[in-house]
Amino acid sequence: MSEKKKMRATIPEEEYMFPGTVDCQGCGAAYAMRLALKALGPKTMVVIPACCWSIIAGPFPTSALKMPIYHTAFETAAAVASGVKAGLSIREKEATVLAWAGDGGTFDIGVQSLSAAAERNEDFIYVCYDNEAYMNTGIQRSSATPWGAWTTTTPRKHPKDRPKKNMMEIMAAHRIPYAASATVGHPEDFVRKLKKAREIRGTRFFHVLATCPTGWRSPPELMLEVPRLAVETCVFPLYEIDNGVYSISKKPKEKLPVTEYLKVQGRFRHLTDQQIQYIQEHVDETWELLLKKEKLGRLF
Amino acid sequence: MIHAFSGNAAVAYAMKQINPDVVAVYPITPQTVAMERFADFVADGDVDTELIMADSEHSAMSCCIGASLAGGRVMTSTASAGLALMWEVLFVAASNRCPIIMNVMNRALSAPINIHCDHSDAMGARDSSWIQIHAENVQEAYDNIIQAVRIAEHENVRLPVMTNMDGFTLSHATERMETLEDQQVQKFISEFKAIYPLLDVDNPVTYGPLDLYDYYFEHKRQQVEAMELAYDVIKKVGQEYGKMTGRSFDMLHPFEMEDAEVAVVVLGSTSGTARVAVRAMRQKGIKVGLVKLRVFRPFPKDELREMLKGMKAVAVMDRSDSFGAFGGPVFSEVRSALLGEDVEVVNYIYGLGGRDIRQDQIEQVITDMSTVAKTGKVKSFVTYLGVR
Repeated sequence: MSEKKKMRATIPEEEYMFPGTVDCQGCGAAYAMRLALKALGPKTMVVIPACCWSIIAGPFPTSALKMPIYHTAFETAAAVASGVKAGLSIREKEATVLAWAGDGGTFDIGVQSLSAAAERNEDFIYVCYDNEAYMNTGIQRSSATPWGAWTTTTPRKHPKDRPKKNMMEIMAAHRIPYAASATVGHPEDFVRKLKKAREIRGTRFFHVLATCPTGWRSPPELMLEVPRLAVETCVFPLYEIDNGVYSISKKPKEKLPVTEYLKVQGRFRHLTDQQIQYIQEHVDETWELLLKKEKLGRLF
Repeated sequence: MIHAFSGNAAVAYAMKQINPDVVAVYPITPQTVAMERFADFVADGDVDTELIMADSEHSAMSCCIGASLAGGRVMTSTASAGLALMWEVLFVAASNRCPIIMNVMNRALSAPINIHCDHSDAMGARDSSWIQIHAENVQEAYDNIIQAVRIAEHENVRLPVMTNMDGFTLSHATERMETLEDQQVQKFISEFKAIYPLLDVDNPVTYGPLDLYDYYFEHKRQQVEAMELAYDVIKKVGQEYGKMTGRSFDMLHPFEMEDAEVAVVVLGSTSGTARVAVRAMRQKGIKVGLVKLRVFRPFPKDELREMLKGMKAVAVMDRSDSFGAFGGPVFSEVRSALLGEDVEVVNYIYGLGGRDIRQDQIEQVITDMSTVAKTGKVKSFVTYLGVR
C-alpha cells in the first residue's frame, strides 16, 4: 500500500481566541483576529485602541484572547506599541508586538502616532482591520469610507463625496520594510503574509478589509464573499510592498465590474448608474497604476 | 558631590543616576534642555535607557504607558501645553497603576502664548490620580525625583508621580546643589519590580479593558485607597532620604509656625521669597509663619488643619486661577480642609505667566493678614496680586 498523503493545512490549527465573543454576526474583524493569532503564535502581545475590538475582547473580568492584551486610548496604538517593544527590548524578551486598530484609529485619529512610529521604524506589526467607517459608534464616516457610500453621517441624500484615503501608499511613503493588503475572504493569503512579516524586523503594516455586515448592510453569511468580490473587481487589490518592491498577490483572471461588489451591500443601494460608472473609472485607474508600479521593480 | 546645576541639568543628572529602562519625550520649553542633556547621556552610553523621541506629548506618555505595562521603569518630562495634551492619557497611566515618573517644569497655558511660570498646567492635572510634588529650589527638584521613584513603585501606591518645579525660575536658574553618588541612588531606589507585566506571555494579563457599571467604580475606589496609602509612603521615604542626605522631606514644611498668629501657605519657588518676607515681618513684630505645601496630591488635609487651626488669618497664594470658581485651586482645598475652624482664609492669586512676585508684595499680604487678625474683617476673599 502506498503511504497516505497527509493534507497540509496552511492555516495553523491552534486557536488563541475563545469562542462566544460578542461581535455581530458575520463580523470580519473577529475572524481577522482569529487568523492573525494563528499566524503569529503564542509569543504575541496585543495592543488594541478604541475600536470594535474593545468590545469583542470582552468586558472585565473576561478576555477573548489567550494573549496579553493592552486596551489603549483611541489615537495611541502605534505609540503604545513602541513603548511596549522598548520595554521588551530592555528586558531582553522576545515577543511579537501586534497593534490592532480599526480604520478610524488608523486613518484618522491614530495617523499621527502611526506615522511617527513608522518613521522611527519601530519593531512591531500594525494591523488595520478596515470596515470602512466608525462601526463601533454606529457607522459614522471615516477617511476610509469609500466614495459614494452611505453612513449615518453621510446620508443617502449626500453620500460620501471624497475617495478613500490610500493608507498603503501613506505607509509606503515612510519606506517601512513591509506593507501588505489582505482580506478576511482570503485567509491563506493573510496568514502567509503575517508569517512572512513575523520574520521581518521594523514596522510592518497590514491593511485588512474586514467585512461589517451591520455597517455595510450586507448579509452576514456573505462575510467571506463580499471581500472576495472586492478583490475580483479590483476595488481592493491584494498586494505587498516588500522593501520597496510591489507585488500583486492576486490578479483576477477576469476583472468583474464593480457593480458585482456594490450590489451585495445596502450602503451602495442609492447609487445611480452614472455614479457607479464614476466608481468603475476610479477603480480602473487605481488598478492600472498598481500594475505599473509592480513592473517598475524596486521603488525605494 | 557639589555642583552648580540649572533645574534642567539637575533633572537630567537625576535621570542619569536612576538609569530608567525607557524614556519617551517631546520637546517643549522650558524642559527641552533636560532632554537634550539626557539624550547625550544615552548617546555616550552612560545609561542603558531606550530613548523614544515621540511625535507629541500625547504619544510620549502613551509610549511611557506601554513600556511601563511591558515591565520597565519609565520616565518622561514635559511642561504647559505638553501636559495639557497628555491630559487624556494621564488618567490612563494612573488608572493602569503605572509608576511613571514625570518631571514638569511648570509653565503657563495658552492663549496668549506665554513660556513662563505659573501652575495652570499642574493644577489642570490635579484630578488625574497622579501624585504631585512641588520643589522650592533646584536641590529639592533633584531630591524629589529620586524620592519619586520609591514613592511611585511602592507596592501600596503604584501610582505615577509628577515632580514639579517652576519653569525658568528654577529650570533655567543655576544653583549650588549636592548630588548623591550613583551607587547611593541605585541602592536607595533598588531594582524595579514589575507587577503582572505584559511581557510575561506565559501568564497573559489584560490591561484597560471595557469596564462598565459593574466594576468601574471599584477600580476607581482602589485608586482613592492608593492615594490615601501614599501619605505614609511619602513621609517615610522623605525621612529615609533625610537620613542619607541630611535633607528630610515631609508633606508640609513649616517655617516660624510655633508661635504664629497668621500664616501664609504657598507652593513652589515662591516659598523662598515668602520665607524672607516672613523673617522681615517678624522683625516688625508680626507673629507670622509660613507653610510650604510640598505635596499637593495627595492633599495633606489633616496635617494642614493641625498646623493652621488657631491661626487668626491665613493667606493662601495661588499661581493659577480657576476661572469662575471661588478662588484658586490651592485656596479651595486649604479652606475646605479648615472647615469648622475659627480662622479666616483668604486667597491671593499671583504671578500668572511668569509675572515676578516680590518680597514687598508678600510683606503686604502679611500686613493684610495682620489687619484681618486685629479687626476680624476681610475686605476681599480673593485678591489679584501685582496685576495692573
